[in-house]
Amino acid sequence: MHTHIFENYEPNDKSSLIPLLQEVQSVYGYLPESALQEVADFVGMPLSRVYGVATFYNQFRLAPLGENIIRVCRGTACHVKNSANILLALENALNIKAGGTTRDRKFTIEVVNCIGACSIAPVMTVNDEYYGRITVKDIPNIVKKYSKAPKPKEVSITPEVGLV
Amino acid sequence: MVQLTINNIKVNAEEGMTILEAAKSVGIHIPTLCHLKGLAPTGACRICVVEVQGQRNLTPSCAFPVFDGMVVETNSPRVRKARKTIVELLIENHPQDCLICVRNKNCELQNLSEKYSVREHRYVGASRNHALDISSASLERDPAKCILCGRCVRVCHEVQKVGAIDFTNRGFSSIVTTPYNKGINVSDCILCGQCILVCPTAALREKGSLKEVVNALNDKNKFTIVQVAPAVRATLGEEYNIPLGTDVTGQMVTGLKRLGFKKVFDTNFAADLTIMEEATELIHRVQNGGKLPMFTSCCPGWIKYAEQNRPEILEHLSTCKSPHEMEGAVLKTYYAKKMGINPKDVFVVSIMPCTVKKYESNRNELSEENMADVDAVLTTRELVRFFKIAGIEFGDLPEGYFDNPLGESTGAAAIFGTSGGVMEAALRTAYFKLSGKELENLELEAIRGEDGVKEATIPIGDLNVNVAVVNGIGNVKRILDEVQNGTSKYHFIEVMTCPGGCINGGGQPIHQQTEKIQKRMKALYQIDNKMKLRRSHENESVKILYKEFLVEPNSHKAHEILHTEYFDRKKVISKDL
Repeated sequence: MHTHIFENYEPNDKSSLIPLLQEVQSVYGYLPESALQEVADFVGMPLSRVYGVATFYNQFRLAPLGENIIRVCRGTACHVKNSANILLALENALNIKAGGTTRDRKFTIEVVNCIGACSIAPVMTVNDEYYGRITVKDIPNIVKKYSKAPKPKEVSITPEVGLV
Repeated sequence: MVQLTINNIKVNAEEGMTILEAAKSVGIHIPTLCHLKGLAPTGACRICVVEVQGQRNLTPSCAFPVFDGMVVETNSPRVRKARKTIVELLIENHPQDCLICVRNKNCELQNLSEKYSVREHRYVGASRNHALDISSASLERDPAKCILCGRCVRVCHEVQKVGAIDFTNRGFSSIVTTPYNKGINVSDCILCGQCILVCPTAALREKGSLKEVVNALNDKNKFTIVQVAPAVRATLGEEYNIPLGTDVTGQMVTGLKRLGFKKVFDTNFAADLTIMEEATELIHRVQNGGKLPMFTSCCPGWIKYAEQNRPEILEHLSTCKSPHEMEGAVLKTYYAKKMGINPKDVFVVSIMPCTVKKYESNRNELSEENMADVDAVLTTRELVRFFKIAGIEFGDLPEGYFDNPLGESTGAAAIFGTSGGVMEAALRTAYFKLSGKELENLELEAIRGEDGVKEATIPIGDLNVNVAVVNGIGNVKRILDEVQNGTSKYHFIEVMTCPGGCINGGGQPIHQQTEKIQKRMKALYQIDNKMKLRRSHENESVKILYKEFLVEPNSHKAHEILHTEYFDRKKVISKDL
């Protein structure tokens, strides 16, 4: 599915590592383990180093995204307005940590540093919808709303990808 | 030449030298942590900072080159304060269990804490919490104790060129680990333990087997036998402040007898036996058009590397077991029968300079009738711990002698522990076997020393035998590429995983003294020099073993007991995503 990516690059050129990872991620939405190994072989680097790069940059993800992406703002204004507890409540409600995805792949929680909506702090977004001036008590309702949504079409996912 | 001033002392340094090197040349000591001699500096730990006149910030001396007219202060109050703060911050993020730590009294972080008189906990904060990795038979990884100096990473990538571990994640959650934080047993790691030798703390250490050995010794029904590798006698003394490169065979044997082992045998005996088998195998391959070049198979790290990375060349590996496995196999067959002991009651312990041997002794195919050839492997360091627990003061021990018959050996076996030694020993015997004459000049200087790849051509009759010695697994790639392309000119290639050979193995005493490899090498060559018999085929006990049991080298019986097989362990990658 991604082998065409390699056509545009010279093998054993370490400088093409990051562009290659970006292209692989654009195909799958994340970096599957087997693709990471192929990239490592292609650029002639040990898998450990490629994995190190993939975990260093926030833009790369090693597990597939959930159906709904919840972004919790932890910027200064939201922090003052108690966003730490919002995040905690969300983590407890979904039983995952920030950056993780639920087992049913319904939700992914991401932490962002500012959404630019400080006037309605504390703020979080679910997909493209904004939820401002929220309190911990609002969390169960928001989660419930998206839990019921129908499941979209299955994306191909390699079985060997575990939780990171 | 560059002139500079360090602590008011005029110093002449060469261009391109770092401040650290220039200071060292006039006897000024600057502490280091992440620095590794011979490898590119990273300047990660900042413990080596100095004050350079005209520069606003403190400068890491390990990475900064000297320039003309430079004025350096290595011990100003500002420098001392900065270093102490660095140590304090490192300590606060480190499990403070020194009293029960395996590296207690041999820890660079502990030393620095003592050196800078850290007497209080000035910083309190979150500490990193990482799980212990005990997945392999040889190594333990304890990332909680890691101070992220990166020395293990550099040795693994730059020296050994294996690259099993690297920095992952970032900031506070940085951790040196395998891809996907999986167990080291399923990574690219070959368990050589070179990372242990450079780890300043106990974040990397061997997996201890002392308990099993003590239990076997306490078991009245067990006949517990110990064997010692050639390289251990050249390094054991270092743990007792005996100068580098001192041969302590006599005291070591007495110590082992006092620990309660029924018999103390010498792996050197099996080294001679290995040479008999390996030289015969080589001659057989040369004369019958077998797979050439042939690689040595004494080093289990190299075997693991070949199986994981180059399964295509497995047919080029000698099928000989490694010496300590041969010794174990002979003990559990020939010796047990001869002594009238049930082989199931024989417990064989190997004292090895090596961490991979622990893994090797667990390999299924290295066994006789479902009994492992070797039951437990202790490293040189573990032996020292055992001596301590048993109250044996090494320095006071009188000299002892190995038991017979599996204790007799020649000079050829002694040099097995150093890079080039197996080759040299094999050539001494192969020469005799091929030409019927003895090799006159025994010292093959061309394949001694510390070069990465050493080569020589030995004329034997009308055949010019081309040999190569790979010193450190990081140098093996070119040789392997040649073999795979079919362009290799060699007949016989020795590969040792650790730079310098077993004398610098992952199970050896941990210290960063310079010249340790040269001096340990010298010790083994001296043992060889002093020996009356210096060729493996002159070993009388080996001759008797063939006469009474194995018939002749590479016989059917010898194949059954002394030879093994290899497997393709290359990762299986699912291509259909």
